Amino acid sequence: MHFFVLCGIDLASSLGPGPDEVVAQEKAADVENVPPVISTPHHYLISIYRDKLFFVSVIQTEVPPLFVIEFLHRVADTFQDYFGECSEAAIKDNVVIVYELLEEMLDNGFPLATESNILKELIKPPTILRSVVNSITGSSNVGDTLPTGQLSNIPWRRAGVKYTNNEAYFDVVEEIDAIIDKSGSTVFAEIQGVIDACIKLSGMPDLSLSFMNPRLLDDVSFHPCIRFKRWESERVLSFIPPDGNFRLISYRVSSQNLVAIPVYVKHSISFKENSSCGRFDITIGPKQNMGKTIEGITVTVHMPKVVLNMNLTPTQGSYTFDPVTKVLTWDVGKITPQKLPSLKGLVNLQSGAPKPEENPSLNIQFKIQQLAISGLKVNRLDMYGEKYKPFKGVKYVTKAGKFQVRT
Amino acid sequence: MTVPELGEIFELKAELNSDKKEKKKEAVKKVIASMTVGKDVSALFPDVVNCMQTDNLELKKLVYLYLMNYAKSQPDMAIMAVNTFVKDCEDPNPLIRALAVRTMGCIRVDKITEYLCEPLRKCLKDEDPYVRKTAAVCVAKLHDINAQLVEDQGFLDTLKDLISDSNPMVVANAVAALSEIAESHPSSNLLDLNPQSINKLLTALNECTEWGQIFILDCLANYTPKDDREAQSICERVTPRLSHANSAVVLSAVKVLMKFMEMLSKDLDYYGTLLKKLAPPLVTLLSAEPELQYVALRNINLIVQKRPEILKHEMKVFFVKYNDPIYVKLEKLDIMIRLASQANIAQVLAELKEYATEVDVDFVRKAVRAIGRCAIKVEQSAERCVSTLLDLIQTKVNYVVQEAIVVIKDIFRKYPNKYESVIATLCENLDSLDEPEARAAMIWIVGEYAERIDNADELLESFLEGFHDESTQVQLQLLTAIVKLFLKKPTETQELVQQVLSLATQDSDNPDLRDRGYIYWRLLSTDPVAAKEVVLAEKPLISEETDLIEPTLLDELICYIGTLASVYHKPPSAFVEGGRGVVHKSLPPRTASSESTESPETAPAGAPSGEQPDVIPAQGDLLGDLLNLDLGPPVSGPPLTTSSVQMGAVDLLGGGLDSLIGGPNFVTPPAATVPANLGAPMGSGLSDLFDLTSGVGTLSGSYVAPKAIWLPAMKAKGLEILGTFTRQVGSISMDLQLTNKALQVMTDFAIQFNRNSFGLAPAAPLQVHAPLSPNQTVEISLPLNTVGSVMKMEPLNNLQVAVKNNIDVFYFSTLYPLHILFVEDGKMDRQIFLATWKDIPNENEAQFQIRDCPLSAEAVSSRLQSSNIFTVAKRNVEGQDMLYQSLKLTNGIWVLAELRIQPGNPNFMLSLKCRAPEVSQHVYQAYETILKN
Repeated sequence: MHFFVLCGIDLASSLGPGPDEVVAQEKAADVENVPPVISTPHHYLISIYRDKLFFVSVIQTEVPPLFVIEFLHRVADTFQDYFGECSEAAIKDNVVIVYELLEEMLDNGFPLATESNILKELIKPPTILRSVVNSITGSSNVGDTLPTGQLSNIPWRRAGVKYTNNEAYFDVVEEIDAIIDKSGSTVFAEIQGVIDACIKLSGMPDLSLSFMNPRLLDDVSFHPCIRFKRWESERVLSFIPPDGNFRLISYRVSSQNLVAIPVYVKHSISFKENSSCGRFDITIGPKQNMGKTIEGITVTVHMPKVVLNMNLTPTQGSYTFDPVTKVLTWDVGKITPQKLPSLKGLVNLQSGAPKPEENPSLNIQFKIQQLAISGLKVNRLDMYGEKYKPFKGVKYVTKAGKFQVRT
Repeated sequence: MTVPELGEIFELKAELNSDKKEKKKEAVKKVIASMTVGKDVSALFPDVVNCMQTDNLELKKLVYLYLMNYAKSQPDMAIMAVNTFVKDCEDPNPLIRALAVRTMGCIRVDKITEYLCEPLRKCLKDEDPYVRKTAAVCVAKLHDINAQLVEDQGFLDTLKDLISDSNPMVVANAVAALSEIAESHPSSNLLDLNPQSINKLLTALNECTEWGQIFILDCLANYTPKDDREAQSICERVTPRLSHANSAVVLSAVKVLMKFMEMLSKDLDYYGTLLKKLAPPLVTLLSAEPELQYVALRNINLIVQKRPEILKHEMKVFFVKYNDPIYVKLEKLDIMIRLASQANIAQVLAELKEYATEVDVDFVRKAVRAIGRCAIKVEQSAERCVSTLLDLIQTKVNYVVQEAIVVIKDIFRKYPNKYESVIATLCENLDSLDEPEARAAMIWIVGEYAERIDNADELLESFLEGFHDESTQVQLQLLTAIVKLFLKKPTETQELVQQVLSLATQDSDNPDLRDRGYIYWRLLSTDPVAAKEVVLAEKPLISEETDLIEPTLLDELICYIGTLASVYHKPPSAFVEGGRGVVHKSLPPRTASSESTESPETAPAGAPSGEQPDVIPAQGDLLGDLLNLDLGPPVSGPPLTTSSVQMGAVDLLGGGLDSLIGGPNFVTPPAATVPANLGAPMGSGLSDLFDLTSGVGTLSGSYVAPKAIWLPAMKAKGLEILGTFTRQVGSISMDLQLTNKALQVMTDFAIQFNRNSFGLAPAAPLQVHAPLSPNQTVEISLPLNTVGSVMKMEPLNNLQVAVKNNIDVFYFSTLYPLHILFVEDGKMDRQIFLATWKDIPNENEAQFQIRDCPLSAEAVSSRLQSSNIFTVAKRNVEGQDMLYQSLKLTNGIWVLAELRIQPGNPNFMLSLKCRAPEVSQHVYQAYETILKN
């Protein structure tokens, strides 16, 4: 287990026994189940677990935990952004930059600059090319002027952005979270949608994005750049965008009749009493898929502990069973309605053990291109404030989020 | 910490002193890298500090990093850096000015802080807002090092001025710094908010960064608007924050809204709008990362208890996914039960049944328990829940069976004589029970239904074999169960009861067990009939929700939404370390205007005892404590462990024993009847027990007002009547003084009452034995009862009286003090109190202030008790004494009270909750009368 402990430098020396030891003792076995807020005799530890790393923050006084958790995620995002990956190796290799970044991001518990645009003006991300150039020219990777966005009313955008090709792309990504019960009826379903933007526009563009059916969006979280009043009154997203990639909005559609369930699973998993085997049979078919192809299907099943091995035959794709973690993964691929993919065969159980009480849940992944399952459609994008004509594009995709079928 | 090899240090030293800038920088980087992995590179201090004088910003930053780390261990050396700092604070580049002041604030060396003041003062007024906002934070840092210095230098005032700064980020940081300083000075009025400053904050709120928004929202939450209109206008400006992408901003906004909502009248359209707006953002928090979900769920748990209506339609989002982390699963389950209602119970049960077959043991246990809680909460579902539990018992999975038995016991308590048919199935699983709670539950069931279980004696006997290896909980339960069994089937079980009594009293070190054993023994040996009444008394029904947070604590926690306190469900005073004082927060009271209009549909005050909440037993609460203390449904109560332990103890001794021993019907047996073989130590133990009663034994009866003139002689042809009301040892009487001021003799007196609110009526005729001669006075005490006919009067305590004599009939009316109607068994069980308080709608709550009462909490409590206002529990919150009190009127109406007393402050706050809110005003008057006389 690895930790990234974030705390004031002088605090670290006064900590006494390392807080990491405490967490490690807390629950060394099951990393994903470590509660995010832990109290120790003198401190509170607030942690997040990301990319196999714990980011821990040590707290001495009352601080809103969400504030800390959000901040830790922002730190992890920044590392990801700077080093391409957020891993132990990346942090170790770039320890000085990590230090410099943290200094810019936090001052005595007060967040300073957390917008990637601003950070990049203050501290240049490492690239192989730059380190070569730097070592030749002796120039630094720390900016020596105050970033322009830092104090303006639009802190998320830097001034003087220039592109030769001006482009604005929007990805509408919807994930379906659902619980389907044994009989195939929907216990719970909702859509978690986001619109991610990649904006490479020169100057200070002022954009308006409108939808064909904005009524769908009644539970929305906005990027700070969006003018809330315009949305309230006209249901138009009006904003001066940050430069580069960012999440414009996230939204939730939960009313049951709007959430279509694009696949169904027929399943029969049974274990015989007093015998060391069982049968496993699942078939996947399309349902409410709006005429689009469902692809990238993967089925993951956590089999009960007594399962020793599985002997299965897929009609398409390939499967693996890990006898240690007891996880069955079936990589299905595409559904062709003519021949529905199925996976069937025998389950070997530990002999003598009682038959498992619990039935495994199936976790399904899939993807549908060119479709936002909620029906959300962008109407138009207008740009004000700049003269050039940008290239615009919108892409839709629907995926499975936490999509579970109980058996 | 490791020490790098000497060679390495030398090498670094040489590089640090190199002429080439690039080499220097690389060397400092190496030093920093060693420092971060825990190597001690403090030996290089002078060499690194030498690199500080540079125009290379990166190098400067690195040196600053090093300084912050080592200045404390090398304070003398650190002084060397001061000049450069001071110089940097005047650099033309704002980035460097800010960096310098920021770093200086992080160096916790006294000598350096002295030099910090001047540069800091300049930076606070710097032309560049970036420098100002950095300097604002620096004030908080400096305050932490040397608070006096900050005050002397007037930095606090400068900081306050920054709240009006033109730049929103500066405002946000000033607020953040002031909040932090205020935290360590709870009494100071640093953040003296008024409508103007609030307006500035609200303006800055729209323009500053997400982190600044959190600071400002948290600060707004501490403000108390002057009336509901101001509250509404702030709410209107805060609601857009609910759509922010940063969940911490959302939760802080929720806190402000939850708090200010308290001030809005429920009749307002806006109130409903606000309720609707709160649900979506809360649900959205649940789609975030699991860590965020966890904190959100802990807060939603509070919100659901305070205002269940917000999320009542959102049950499904709390359904558990099998790969949720366990800490999320458990929280979701908790909220599901709180939201369970008749409308959604079918869905909830189907889910719970699903969960009960999952893999994770903790989760499965909680799911089984949840099924039991549903049965208790939603009566219509009880049958289905029981059958689900039986299905689960059939699985024979050990821990599932044990949990199921524990909850079935609670179901028996809630619905007596309804589901006993399942006992046979339970008994089959007797052998598999190995957890104390399950064993105790099973034993309770066997004892309670001993008459229906043929081999109850065998079953209990089998437990008795390993008596001393059992946990206290099981031992206590076994003792009670066998005594119950004996009382039900005395002939066959005499030996068994002897055995358990001697095990409990002679061979045990546990005082609880011994005491209970002695009491049973004495009861059985002196008066078996009384024993039966005590041990087999009808038990109080258990309330629906057993783990509710105490109402005042809940209100306080609502003020702490989003903070650690909300995650731990404890007030910060309970866990924040160090000498830092914590301000006690409370929800703003509703404005007066909306309060008075809110009189709910009137239940007739003289309503029959059906008014009485059905969870409250007639008299069982005295015994409830004694019999069920160890077996009651899980109570979380106030999670402050120390105080709850204390209170538990007080309950047992104060509530249970006192009333048992000191009660009017219990004749203390002479010492001789104590079984002779009990020996000396026990005797002294008992006398200790009895000593406890002395305090309560000297009840003096309730307060009696001096007699007042009810009927002047002028109006009654010479008959003057003075009178007052008394209540003593359960009987009410009207003390009258009749004077004949006429010139003729008066005879043939009689008295009659008109119908009145509480059915007061004379219990005997008015007896004036001899004729009353002119100028003669006679004193009469007229006993009253409350079985007369009832009619609601205006005011409620109005009594119309007719007095007749040989001359004429005279009418007068008088107001009786309500406390003559407070009955002696008005002490409510703590758990029932909690549940009832929660159960009575908030609009029934009335608040009063009792002014100029110089008594201490103890004196108040004992004085009220002599007028039958009983203190159920007492809690000390941040120096304030909170008394939770109950009283019962003769017609069975319960009134619950919370009295808040601040030592040194003669004004008390009294909150009253009652299902018949009309009586509140009169109860308040009774409080006033009792406390001030």
